[in-house]
Amino acid sequence: MKLTLKVWRQKNKADQGGFVTYPIDGISKDMSFLEMMDVLNEELTEKGDDPIHFDHDCREGICGMCSLYINGKPHGPQQTTTCQLHMRSFTDGDTITIEPWRAKAFPVVKDLVVDRSAFDRIIQAGGYVSVNTGGVPDANEIPIPKKIADEAFDAATCIGCGACVAACKNASAMLFTSAKISQLALLPQGQVERKERAEKMIAQMDAEGFGACTNTGACAAECPKGISLSNIARMNREYFSAVVSSENM
Amino acid sequence: MSWVTKTLSSTLGRKLIMALTGLFLILFLTGHVSGNMLLFKGDGGEAFNKYAQFMTTNPAVKILSYLTYISVIAHVIYSILLTRKNKSARPVGYAESKASTNSAWSSRNMGVLGTIILIFLVVHMQGFWAKMHWGDMPMVTYEGETYKDLYQIVQFAFQNEILVAGYVIAMGFLSFHLSHGFASAFQTLGLNHVKYSPAIELIGRIYCIVVPVLFASMPLYIYFTS
Repeated sequence: MKLTLKVWRQKNKADQGGFVTYPIDGISKDMSFLEMMDVLNEELTEKGDDPIHFDHDCREGICGMCSLYINGKPHGPQQTTTCQLHMRSFTDGDTITIEPWRAKAFPVVKDLVVDRSAFDRIIQAGGYVSVNTGGVPDANEIPIPKKIADEAFDAATCIGCGACVAACKNASAMLFTSAKISQLALLPQGQVERKERAEKMIAQMDAEGFGACTNTGACAAECPKGISLSNIARMNREYFSAVVSSENM
Repeated sequence: MSWVTKTLSSTLGRKLIMALTGLFLILFLTGHVSGNMLLFKGDGGEAFNKYAQFMTTNPAVKILSYLTYISVIAHVIYSILLTRKNKSARPVGYAESKASTNSAWSSRNMGVLGTIILIFLVVHMQGFWAKMHWGDMPMVTYEGETYKDLYQIVQFAFQNEILVAGYVIAMGFLSFHLSHGFASAFQTLGLNHVKYSPAIELIGRIYCIVVPVLFASMPLYIYFTS
């Protein structure tokens, strides 16, 4: 395959940045998108140019590290992570536009790498459970209905990649935050900090500068893990009931 | 900051106000369209004028009308606050975006649609509501009692094809605004459930067509019958 890549290049946070066009040839349909980027970077390195910086880690679709806004969509044309996107999704001669996630809360570090530690700070604000010290508890000591366990697990499959923020017209982090709140609110272990969690995580989400939700559904449509909008409704219930019943003034 | 102001200035608190005022305005529209159906009665406007008199003098209706004004104002103010936060959340936009592949046009343009509806509302209230309250009104007598003849004002106004066209187009925008707003308000309130959500969505889809069509049919009916 012969392709033209229009890639966002930015030296550092302070740099203005801009698009640079790279022609690339000899790409196999069976390569993953990131492998295609590797080929390009090898060429750039051989020429003595600075390779394009992009986030990646497991390349198995489970870590949430890869990002990239490809041809107007987070993770490109398929509802998957960029590492699981293959070049067969494109046709020979295509021009592919590659941009970083765009959000005030996700500042560009270099080229296509953005700083997603705002997500970590939302988790730190309340995305944890209290665990008492002592002996190891018996298995099945806390009964959890299969249906609830499944629902909590569905929410927990969120890999925190930030595609929801990237897809949202408001750069809102509500799908992410709601998945993290839901996962713990559904389980008995999460009850101790339940109210405080909803209040604190949402306060942190606002403080990070993410936008509000307009219920467009773009986040769920683009989420590589299929996190459902019902989590956002649950987060709203959790938050509204927490603020009227918690003792935090 | 007290917990109330803190909650209402959070993104979720602001969305709560948008949802509650939006739903109240949906109730208002239902009442408004039902009452205005009297325009089709063909009794020379007697029932409509009596209804208009009742709506401007009854104390219970007065309370509802103040709630409606407050809802409109709060809906506008909070939409501005939210839009400002939303715009600031993405200072640098995308060079290429395929938003149409993941969301409905109306859901992405609620602010634009709402602004057009607000402009329509100003024109609309100036034409009828302000006249009825403070304007120089023609009078009409039924069974010895005098009423303000709002019917005549309406009849006269909708002889103007530009105004009729404007009303019909504005109802189109209202339809798009409601097509997203109706179900979205319930989602914001956290009312998302396998049993009820399909019903809410269905009612929303019917409502966003039926109400604007009924409203739009009024100026069209008057224009083509008189």
